[in-house]
Formats: sequence, structure tokens, C-alpha cells
Amino acid sequence: MFSVRALVRQAATTSAVARNMAAKRTIHSSPAALSDHLFVHRNTPENNPSIPFEFDQDNKKRIEEILKRYPPQYKKAAIMPLLDLGQRQNGFTSISVMNEVARLVEVPPMRVYEVATFYTMFNREPVGKYFLQLCTTTPCQLGGCGSTKILETIKDHLKIEVGETTKDGKFTLVEVECAGACVNAPVLAINDDYYEDLTPETTKKVLENLQNGKPVTPGPQGGRHTCEYAPGKYTTLNSEPYGPGFGMRDDF
Amino acid sequence: MLRTIAAKRASALVNNLNVVPTVTRSYATQADPNANPINGRTSFGSLSDDDRIFTNVYSKHDFRLKGAMKRGDWHKTKEILLKGHEWILKEMKESGLRGRGGAGFPTGLKWSFMNKPLDGRPRYLVINADEGEPGTCKDREILRGDPHKLIEGCLVAGRAMHANAAYIYIRGEFYNEASNVQEAINEAYAAGLIGKNACGSGYDFDVYVHRGAGAYICGEETSLIESLEGKQGKPRLKPPFPADVGLFGCPSTVTNVETVAVAPTILRRGGSWFAGFGRARNQGTKLFCISGHVNNPCTVEEEMSIPLRELIDKHCGGVRGGWDNLLGIIPGGCSVPVLPKNICDDVLMDFDALRDVNSGLGTAAVIVMDKTTDIVRAISRFSAFYRHESCGQCTPCREGSRWLETMMNRFEEGRGKPEEIDQIWEISKQIEGHTICALGDAAAWPVQGLIRHFRPELESRMATFKKSLEAAQASATA
Repeated sequence: MFSVRALVRQAATTSAVARNMAAKRTIHSSPAALSDHLFVHRNTPENNPSIPFEFDQDNKKRIEEILKRYPPQYKKAAIMPLLDLGQRQNGFTSISVMNEVARLVEVPPMRVYEVATFYTMFNREPVGKYFLQLCTTTPCQLGGCGSTKILETIKDHLKIEVGETTKDGKFTLVEVECAGACVNAPVLAINDDYYEDLTPETTKKVLENLQNGKPVTPGPQGGRHTCEYAPGKYTTLNSEPYGPGFGMRDDF
Repeated sequence: MLRTIAAKRASALVNNLNVVPTVTRSYATQADPNANPINGRTSFGSLSDDDRIFTNVYSKHDFRLKGAMKRGDWHKTKEILLKGHEWILKEMKESGLRGRGGAGFPTGLKWSFMNKPLDGRPRYLVINADEGEPGTCKDREILRGDPHKLIEGCLVAGRAMHANAAYIYIRGEFYNEASNVQEAINEAYAAGLIGKNACGSGYDFDVYVHRGAGAYICGEETSLIESLEGKQGKPRLKPPFPADVGLFGCPSTVTNVETVAVAPTILRRGGSWFAGFGRARNQGTKLFCISGHVNNPCTVEEEMSIPLRELIDKHCGGVRGGWDNLLGIIPGGCSVPVLPKNICDDVLMDFDALRDVNSGLGTAAVIVMDKTTDIVRAISRFSAFYRHESCGQCTPCREGSRWLETMMNRFEEGRGKPEEIDQIWEISKQIEGHTICALGDAAAWPVQGLIRHFRPELESRMATFKKSLEAAQASATA
């Protein structure tokens, strides 16, 4: 759907030159792209309710643990953790995962569908083995070399557009909103790990390593440890941190 | 930041209770001329390492229990708990701590809303670690570097409001950070610091982690509660306020990670120690995260009221190409209006000073933009962000954020007429304040800030585009 948006934008741009300036302009000048994903479910061979799904033994234990966290009459609160678990086991949140979760937390399946469609981290369609989530919100757009360059690099390297999966099913690329690591911009999340401080070169290196099955190190790629001033350089907290009871008030 | 208006409404209610005859709704953009009397110190910044609370913000040291105890966490927590809730509330009020999630609501006051007789229902403390505000990455450093500060904070805050359990709502993308917190919780349970008879104080307290799944709106108080209950994260109407009917229908309080994580240190070192930093009504220390066009973007804990320029020059190696290359700064995350260079020259980083220049401290996420920035594109991207993240519950926000996005898209290249600038201003004013939560306001403010300070830029783009269009038409007819 991202690519559809891009197409719409492109169409609007090119047709604008031809448009007569005197013509009346309505507020909606482009067709509405409703959302990033289709909200309704359509049966496909790889995603339909007749495909059985069951949590495996490890996950069943985890589910027991999860359900203990919430009051017994509010089993429903476990929908999100359970969907996440199901997605990890199944690869994506299929309709069967949703139905199974609904059965486990004893709610009508609709309640689970509602949740699964609302949150962007539940992939309701299969994704590649490496799910590339590139942050393109303003801080990432500005910081470092800018996420636009990284986006171009990934598209060039993998020959896919945003929202597409490579032919070998290894990589899926999506744009996401702020990943919450703005100081280490630009940020690319691959599955659960963040790759930060990217440049086109380091991005390519990470992708190549993944393609060739070589190990990659998550975190800042430019030599920084976390969010300090520069590699090995700190503007604060250079000395050993103070210990217990430091500066304690008198009445303790 | 999403909670700005929520807090305003809450404070309006408090005013109501005190029988103030007229309650006027104040916007963050309204300045109170008598708000900041000058007394005491007049220079801020240059906090010493001894006064920093988050000593592991760069994850240099061990985040686990052993390392945390070495850095002074869990020291005499039992004594703090045994002092009782009145004492904790008194100290928190004295410290002048204001909520660090963006709204800046006084923490002591907020916690004291829960100070009412027990009615048989359990009580919950909910920690908002759904850090999604573009520009903000301070909570991430607390979650992965100092999780024990947060857990200890949960315990003392929970004690102050007689809570039975705390839920830490961590955004779904922070998988590794959530693992760190979970590991810290497991250690704390094993050491008897939380759970039954926490720290040997006779008080039972549980801490749970709940992971979100990628919705910015869940950073809003009531929406977070909805999400925690396993529903779509759509904000609830207030009243009833969460302190009466919140999570699972029980009294709850939602607070930011940083607010809770600083509490144990404040209580150990005294409210007056914390109140010694920063200007009156804006006391304390704060984690600032500076991103964008600075030479060395970083997260740093500094004194409140530090001048913006000093913050950038001292901790981030200055603006790229020097201070004179500065175009504008967004001082508190994407929800607050942008400031042009002439204001950035001498503005102080605190709630009141930034409110007085029609912006806000928000989450203290400083986004710096130098002169190479396409400012219209930068703000337009924010409009796209809000369109994406609007939950779709209230019409002004659902439709309005889309209109803002499409119009800003056109403005990026100047496709528009100058009178449309007034039109988009009008639209943003129609969104602001007409929605259940503050996302509508947050969508409107960046656009308003752009128009307020960069209107000539928009107009010149439109003129250039018009010229190129006329030239194209002329060559087509020739």
C-alpha cells in the first residue's frame, strides 16, 4: 500500500503541471488511500481459517505465565501478548492464529480481529525472514546522512519497493513511523534488533552479510556504544558513578 | 506530549473543586505574564556528575541488580517505604517534579489523587514506556541502562498510592529493552525486593511488563489503559478520570518512565536537593535527547532551564556548520511548534520559558534543523505521521489530519495559492481542542508553528511554482 501512495503522489505531481491554475481546487486533490493495509481478511491459500494452528509446548507454558499477570476476569488483556507469541511461532498473524487466541482468552473472534488490525506490528500477511523496518520520520530524515538515502540504498540493493518482499522470500521492506532511537538516526529495525547510525555503506554491508548468512552486530554501526557524544567520548559521566548512600539525607 | 491537554483538563477540574467561579481553558500557547518571577539563581546548566540521577544512561555499566546496587539503587528502600505514603507525597511535592512525559503536570499532586480511602478495589500503577514521540529516545536509555531505577520507582510510587501492582507498558519495537526490564524484574523478585513483603516492609507489590504493538496513540493515558485491557488503543472520555475508574475498572495512575525512575533518588537525597536545580516551578534535572543537524547527536542528563544554545554547543558539538547555519529547532518532540533561530539564541529549556515563546518543553526531544533543511518537507512528514497514527475515533482528527497531510504535500513543492495558507491554519484550529485526546492538537501545532515562523518560505515556493507553471504553459502554447 505504501507503493500505491507513492504512485498517487507521483501522479499528482506530474499532472499538476498540466492543470490549469484558474481551475477551482477542492481540498481533496488526490484519491484517498485509506490505510497502509487492507483491513478486511480475504482467504488465500496461505492464510485461511481452515489451516490449523496450535501453540507448541514451550509457548503453552509461556501462555500460562502471561495469563497469570492479568486478573482472572480480564483474560482478554492477554490478547496482545498472545498474538505476538502466535506471530513469532507462525511467522505472521494469520486468521487461524487470531481464532486460536480468541479461543484461549474466551472472547468472540471479532474482538481479536479488532486488535490485530489496529496495531501495525501484527503482520496479517506473510513477511520475509528478515523484516526490514526503516524509520522515515523527520528526525531520521534529518539525522546522520538521512533516511531517504538509506531507503534508496535498500531499494537499489534488494531491488524491491516499499511494502514488497524479495523473490527468495528473505527480505521484506516497510517504512515505519518513529522507532524511538532518534539520537542514533537513521535507524533500521531488522526483526527485533535495531541497526543505528547507518550510512549507505554500512547498510549495504549489513544486508550483504544477511544475504550470505554471515553474522551481523545490531546497534550503532558507526562505532558508538549507545547514545554518547562520539565513539569512546562522553561529555558527562566520565568518572566512576557514585555508590550507595551518596548525598543521602540526614534522617535515614 | 499527548497528555498536555489531558493535564490541562485535569487541572481545570482541580480548579473547579476549589470553587473558582470561572474556568478558562488555557492553551500551551498562552503566556502568563507573572508566571516566572526572577529569584535566586539566574544561570543554569553545568550539572556535575554527582548530581546526575541516571548514572548508566550510556549503558557503560552493568544494568543487572549487582551493578545497580553498586550505583546506589535499592539502598534503604525499606526505610523509604516505612516512612509511609504521606511522607513520600510530601517529599515529591517539595521536589517540584513535573511529569516528564510531556504534559508537565506536578507529580506530587497527581500521585495524591490516589490518596483516598480504600474501597475494596485493587489499585494499579501504570508506567508509560510507549515512547513514540518523534525525537524522543530518553526512556529507551532508562529501560536498557537503569531498569532497576524504574522498578524501585514503581515500588515507592506504588506505596505512595497504595497500589497493588504496576504494569510497565513498553512499546513493541523495544524488544531488547523490554527483555532487560523483564530480567531486572526477575532479579528483583528473586531478591525479595518486590513481590510478597517487598523489601521486608510488609507491603505486597507486583510488577509486570506488557508490550505494545506499534501504536503511537497508546502513549496517551486512557488509550494506554484500553490497550492494556486488550482492546484497540482508542482514548476514553474523561471524566471518569483514571484515578477513579482506570485500568480494569480500578483506580489507576499512568506516569512516564522518567518521572517514576527519578523518584527513589529524590526521596533518598531529599526533595529540596532536587528542587535546587532549575528555575522556580521548573525544578530538577532532565534527560535531553538532541537529534537532527548537530555534529554529535546524544542523550544527556542536564539541569532544567539550561539555555538551548549551551545545551547544543556543550553536549552535541554545536550545530552543523556553526550556530549561524541554524534554521530552526523543535524543542520538545514533534508535537510542539518549531522555533526560528532568533528565539533559539537565548531561550531556556524549561516548561514555562518555552510556553512563553509559543512552544513547549514536551519530552525535551530537541530536533535541530540547519539551513539545508527543507522545512516544509520536515513538517509535512509530521503531518503524514499524525495521519498514520490517528486512531480514527474523532472526526476532526481522522479527517483533518488527512487534509493537513495532503495540503502539506502540495505545499512541499509550492502547489497551492497563498490564501490556502490561511485555509490550512483555519483547519488546524478546527482540529485543535475538538478531539477526545491531544493527538488532534499535536497534529495541528507543527503546522501552526510552520505558518507562524516560516510563512514567507511557503509563499515564495508558491510563487516559484506559479512562475514555472506559467512558463510551461507559455512554451506549450508557443
